[in-house]
Amino acid sequence: MIGQVLASACRAISGARIEWRCDPHAGLQRIYFGNHTSHLDFIVIWSALPPRLRPHVRPVAGYDYWAQGAVRRYLAGEVFRAVLIERGQAGRLDAEGAARASIDRIARDMGAADSVIVFPEGTRSATGTLGAFKSGLYHLSRARPDAQLIPVHLENLNRILPKGEALPVPMLSRVTFGAPLSSTSDEPKDRFLARARNAVLQLEASA
Amino acid sequence: MTRYIQLFGDSALAALVTGVLGLLIVASLVGQLLSRHVTNPSGRATVDNINARIRAWWVMASIFAVAVTMGTVVSIGLFCLISFLALREFVTLAATRAGDHRALFWSFFVITPVQYFLIWIQWYGLFSILIPVYASMFLAIRTVSAGDTERFLERTATTHWGLMICVYFVSYVPALLLLHVPGSAREAPKLMFFLVLIAQMSDVLQYVWGKLLGKRRVAPAISPNKTWAGLIGGVGCSTALGAALWWATPFSPVVAAAMAFVVAMMGFAGGLIMSAIKRGHGVKDYGALIQGHGGVLDRIDSLCFAAPIFFHLTRYFYVH
Repeated sequence: MIGQVLASACRAISGARIEWRCDPHAGLQRIYFGNHTSHLDFIVIWSALPPRLRPHVRPVAGYDYWAQGAVRRYLAGEVFRAVLIERGQAGRLDAEGAARASIDRIARDMGAADSVIVFPEGTRSATGTLGAFKSGLYHLSRARPDAQLIPVHLENLNRILPKGEALPVPMLSRVTFGAPLSSTSDEPKDRFLARARNAVLQLEASA
Repeated sequence: MTRYIQLFGDSALAALVTGVLGLLIVASLVGQLLSRHVTNPSGRATVDNINARIRAWWVMASIFAVAVTMGTVVSIGLFCLISFLALREFVTLAATRAGDHRALFWSFFVITPVQYFLIWIQWYGLFSILIPVYASMFLAIRTVSAGDTERFLERTATTHWGLMICVYFVSYVPALLLLHVPGSAREAPKLMFFLVLIAQMSDVLQYVWGKLLGKRRVAPAISPNKTWAGLIGGVGCSTALGAALWWATPFSPVVAAAMAFVVAMMGFAGGLIMSAIKRGHGVKDYGALIQGHGGVLDRIDSLCFAAPIFFHLTRYFYVH
């Protein structure tokens, strides 16, 4: 109920035109990965999904942000069923281990039926241009080779709610779901990440 | 029949609504006939688009007729919503930057509602200067305090022009409700109907004449769809339609024709200007909200530029 209201409100604010280049109802577990420029991003992707699928698509979000305050905790826990992870902090001794643990968490929390939304850049881009992908997407795809990798491109969200602003300006946006990334089991990490990033860039160019 | 007339407040408004209803029925029948008889692919595309447009016209005409019939508040509310949606399409295309965010927020959520609120409380003095004077200065101040000088003049001017076209000009349609023409009661809803009907029919008639006879383009650099045949035929027929509808207005037949002529010509200019902006951005439509038509701004571009002049001519010559 609250989820439905939030999805409607989000679609009204973001005025999103949604384009699918894959079957939205494929019934597979999926890893949706997209460009990240705004706090609205995951909810825009989530509300662009067919309502039937939404309960089974969980955003992966930073624990530090979503565990603050009762409202955020409630939304993350009850409405979106977010997978909250510790964000990797550069320079920390156990950074590698923490990242590894996060990937394991996500892969385990997907269970037998859930899909996830991830932002492989790790943080919101301030300029709106797509940054480098961190290796998390690679490790997740290895941990869950059964899941389809769906590139998603979000257009204009950085103008609707830019980094550092609390109130949105209701411009029109666009969400493009791309064709699944083909999987090759022995692809080196860097090649895979470049290919994944390129898939999002291509959606941007062809939107 | 009397109940039907009561619903609309008076018989002239009932007659206008009935006329539009008849027109839509005829258009739908012609659309069906065309889709049965046109078979070549390029013709099909045009016919499908025409039928999509006609279906959208049913929705738009119903919303407008209901709003006008329901009275002042609903009419003002409808045009406030139209302004909001149009401004959204305009700003989406504009090359704004992060430094414009707060100014834009104010434009959408404060300036736009206040402009329409002023019509509701009938404060004509402030209504007529809020956006040209105060919003203009306020937006510049709000933007300059964000500290980003990149294309500053262009960005500030663009935001303000968006407000002028999408909000200020459009608000002159329900502002007709502010006019009290002596010697006749409830003139305003019929004036609104007359203005919107002539502006939109002028678009339709220009399209039809252009499709039937159009060859030479008026402004090939700006719009491929505006032809001399469309302009002359469309404006001529709209002028005749205006004259024929004089009984619904405070105007004499000759004045009604002149008013319709001005509305149609300003509508043509508005369409051309909004096309030039789209061309400059390299897009064909402002949005995709209305099936077959594009965005809200694509549909109201002619009305934007016709409304203020129609309002002022009526006010100058008929309100004392």
